[in-house]
Amino acid sequence: MAKKEQASCSSTANLQPTLSQPHPSAASAAPASPQARFRYLATMVVYAVLILNKAGGLIYQRDFNPGLQKLSSNDYLILAGTFHGVHAITSQISPTNDSASSGLEVLESENFVMRCFQTLTGTKFLVFAEPRQPNLDVVVRRVYELYADYVMKNPFYQIEMPIRSEGFDRHLTSYIKPHQ
Amino acid sequence: MNRDPSPFRTASTASTATSPTPKYANLTASTNLRYSLTRKSIYDRHLNRTKTSELSKSAFAFLFGEMVQYAQKKVYGVQDLEKKLNLHGYAVGQRFLELLLWRDGRTAKRETRILGILQFISHQLYRAIFQKQADTLEKVRENDDEYMISDNDPVVNTYISVPKEMSQLNCGAFIAGIIEAVLDGHCFPAKVTAHTAPNEMWPGRTVFLIKFEPEVLEREALRVGS
Repeated sequence: MAKKEQASCSSTANLQPTLSQPHPSAASAAPASPQARFRYLATMVVYAVLILNKAGGLIYQRDFNPGLQKLSSNDYLILAGTFHGVHAITSQISPTNDSASSGLEVLESENFVMRCFQTLTGTKFLVFAEPRQPNLDVVVRRVYELYADYVMKNPFYQIEMPIRSEGFDRHLTSYIKPHQ
Repeated sequence: MNRDPSPFRTASTASTATSPTPKYANLTASTNLRYSLTRKSIYDRHLNRTKTSELSKSAFAFLFGEMVQYAQKKVYGVQDLEKKLNLHGYAVGQRFLELLLWRDGRTAKRETRILGILQFISHQLYRAIFQKQADTLEKVRENDDEYMISDNDPVVNTYISVPKEMSQLNCGAFIAGIIEAVLDGHCFPAKVTAHTAPNEMWPGRTVFLIKFEPEVLEREALRVGS
């Protein structure tokens, strides 16, 4: 994770212009009107998207920022596997007696925030974004939606295998890129 | 024709009643899926009932995806697969043409000219199936017997991404089959194939290439002469 942190650290330098833009009520929680929400999405900075299958294997990885430090493909696999393990532990151990814990959902650091969303079938979607990025859950949901459409409805996709779907790539780009 | 579904009512009660009617007892197994609770089969409904009704695109995508996967198991190579999809489409087209002309009622017209039938396909047929018209209808400049109908975003291909090793494949072959059946039904025998022809705006643009048999052109020439 340390390496990842460093990666986003190096990228924050060229992201400064976007950060310095006036962020209306960036600290407050939920936006009031749909317009306000749109404004949030309009300044969205997403660093990377990862998708893990239910066995903890990395099936999709994509960076959306040229400034990001690259990891070797092996490191990405290790990262995915480690996260899968940590997620399993956090969903088992809970300070309250509530046994049905959802596990790790948000990871925040000085340089990035990571949002995890686990589907009912155990597939995990990880979105890395700039810190204090609001509405990340909306972003993750949308990525899930695109996955359901352009990966799961594609007859040439073999389930649990790495995603090589041109339609998914295209739609993910057109969803995330225009906001950056 | 006897459309009374009562035999099946007898059959289904037979499965639960203590004394089954022996005559229809063997029909019980298949009645549940084919007949709704009202005991009316789709044959009892009016044909216009589904004229304006819509179908879930996701449901269709899953069904079509399964069709492609099923077809893939039984073929060797891309061309074989396209042929198979074409055949599936052909069966749909044959039935759809019948339905379309029946719905037109008295205004139904039999097209006798090449241009007429092509316009029928790109307007009426396309609108009836996809609720939009085909995007272009062109003639191939080099060949007299070839025409092109293009669709910027075919419904069948919306969620399909063809892997690189099968780049030749276009699942629009299914629609090509429908078109071929409609042409055949109007006595314009032709070969119809689907080709991917992307442009900047439309990465999934598909062109249906229609190649008429020589006798069609011969007939057309005679008509023009008269």
